[in-house]
Amino acid sequence: MIAHKLNLDSGTIARVPGVAIVLGVLCVFFGVTSPGFTTPANIANILTQSTILLLLALPMTVIIMTEGLDLSAGAVLTFASIVLAITVVTTGSAALGLLAALTAGLGFGLANGLLIAVFDIPPFITTLGTLGIAQGLSLVVTDGQSVVGIPRSIEMFYSGTAAGIPLPVIIGALAYAATHVLLYHTRFGTYVFALGGNREALKVAGISVRGMLIRVYVFGGLMAGFAALLMTARLNSAHPTAGIGMEFDAIAAVAVGGTSFERGNGWLLGTLLGVIAVGVLRNGLNLLAVPSSAQVGCIGALVIIALFIDGLRGER
Amino acid sequence: MNTVTDKAVRSRRALSGDVMQVFYRLLAVALLCAILATLSDVFLSANNILNVLRQTALLFLMASGLTLVILTAGLDLSVGANIALSACLAASVMKATGSPLLGVATGIGCGAMVGLANGVLVTALRIPSFIATYGMMWMLTGATYYYMAGDTIHGFPPAFRQLGSGYLLGVPTPVYVMLLFLLIGVLFAQRTIWGQQIYAIGANPVAAHLSGVPVERRLVLVYTVSGAMAGLASLIILARINSAQGDIGEDLTLPAIAAVLVGGTSLFGGSGTEVGTLIGALILTLVLNGMNLLQINSSWQPLATGLIILLAVWIDTRTRKIGE
Repeated sequence: MIAHKLNLDSGTIARVPGVAIVLGVLCVFFGVTSPGFTTPANIANILTQSTILLLLALPMTVIIMTEGLDLSAGAVLTFASIVLAITVVTTGSAALGLLAALTAGLGFGLANGLLIAVFDIPPFITTLGTLGIAQGLSLVVTDGQSVVGIPRSIEMFYSGTAAGIPLPVIIGALAYAATHVLLYHTRFGTYVFALGGNREALKVAGISVRGMLIRVYVFGGLMAGFAALLMTARLNSAHPTAGIGMEFDAIAAVAVGGTSFERGNGWLLGTLLGVIAVGVLRNGLNLLAVPSSAQVGCIGALVIIALFIDGLRGER
Repeated sequence: MNTVTDKAVRSRRALSGDVMQVFYRLLAVALLCAILATLSDVFLSANNILNVLRQTALLFLMASGLTLVILTAGLDLSVGANIALSACLAASVMKATGSPLLGVATGIGCGAMVGLANGVLVTALRIPSFIATYGMMWMLTGATYYYMAGDTIHGFPPAFRQLGSGYLLGVPTPVYVMLLFLLIGVLFAQRTIWGQQIYAIGANPVAAHLSGVPVERRLVLVYTVSGAMAGLASLIILARINSAQGDIGEDLTLPAIAAVLVGGTSLFGGSGTEVGTLIGALILTLVLNGMNLLQINSSWQPLATGLIILLAVWIDTRTRKIGE
């Protein structure tokens, strides 16, 4: 059963052109319309800025493959960023700050996982509830104010380079590689495919579906913790509304990348391309001075076009 | 034949179950009132009671359309964002024409169009409702901010303002609007074929389809109604606060969903009532009003609402499991 499910990969590969075409069209369009777009500095900029989104989109792919959803990702990212900032500002230790952010992410991931797996609450409503809780906590802890005074030791995670490559790009590449190995080369990954594709088979095989689901959401929470490090470093502060709505971009990237919401059919490389497509779209629209409020509409349109192409191809 | 008897049995069971549900919830209302009356001197003041009624009316109007959506096992996360766009468009039309009627038509029309778009996304593109309406929420938010560009529109005709801040026989106008739509909602859901078809779709979409229910058309209908009710709610807010801003609908979606779920409508579709939603709206308003009266920082409100949603759904899942 599981092997059969994995064979569906040949079906997902047929989607390669879909994402690639979207990305190609976007690049050509912005390359022609905005002169600054193709400069090496801007391309490095797109990749750097896309990393935070990638860190959310990778676990989102895994979660959506289990027929789940994480609407709390942006709010958890925000909360973890605030926890990180407060810890770093009070203790001065970047390591403690990262640890605190990861703990916050882990806590929310665990809460999501337990509510979904043990209490049987549907994922979208669970994470809608924890979204409210994370957002509320962020506001309560900061009283609506920014946390400032972030030391250089945090800032360099975003602005630093190693061997000429921006650090965020390296972190993003590592996260992608780790998720790839996890999804395609471990038993965990095989079970993830089965969770979305054939949950009954997994049960019959004696695998704990609950344990798997909890791990999937904990993975999401931890990645939000890492993303919080990059976001805090990028903004050089933490703000209770900084990450709100980031989950929309992440879900959009996953959808554009060809992961299906209904059949547990996921494709990690598609998500990477989807993240870059969203990043290119935002960057290009910025260069064209389109306000960020209108950018959301463009991303939504991108998703609808992608899903429409899916529908036309009879993928559903 | 089977479906007919099943339906009869189900509706009889549902009836006694509904009565108990309403009873437990009224008990919760009484308990909340007792607690708040003890903790706060202001709670029982005429002013605060009118305030609670007005808030409940607003929350119910948002939640009543949403109830129909949730009855079909769907969800509409775009309610708050829809309110923002509808309010802003209605405000600018009223400002430009000076006509309250055109303003009302714009608000409800915009809401309904958004709802229709949700319905099309859910049925024609087969996008799961919580994802379609979630995407819609962000697109509407973006559109509203883009349209308003940080501006505020304020000062509307007195006739229009009656809708939100007027009184009739000492009772706020929104309460009458609420009662009117409660009546319409109950009659529609319980006494019309379309209403019964909506319950059938929620209980078992395949069975509903096989017994000849035009599932897709009814789904488009419920999303459109939900959107239109959001449009109506936006007008009441507009008339009450007398100004429109891009962030007007923020923090409204979670309470609306919470009101429906606390009111006993199952997230899994097929069971729930508009009366339950009214009581749910009252409970939620009492909680949020109580937090205000006890001077708890309003930052705690999304947190409390989130917890209430989780609790309500958990009780729902537990009840269903015991039922099986």
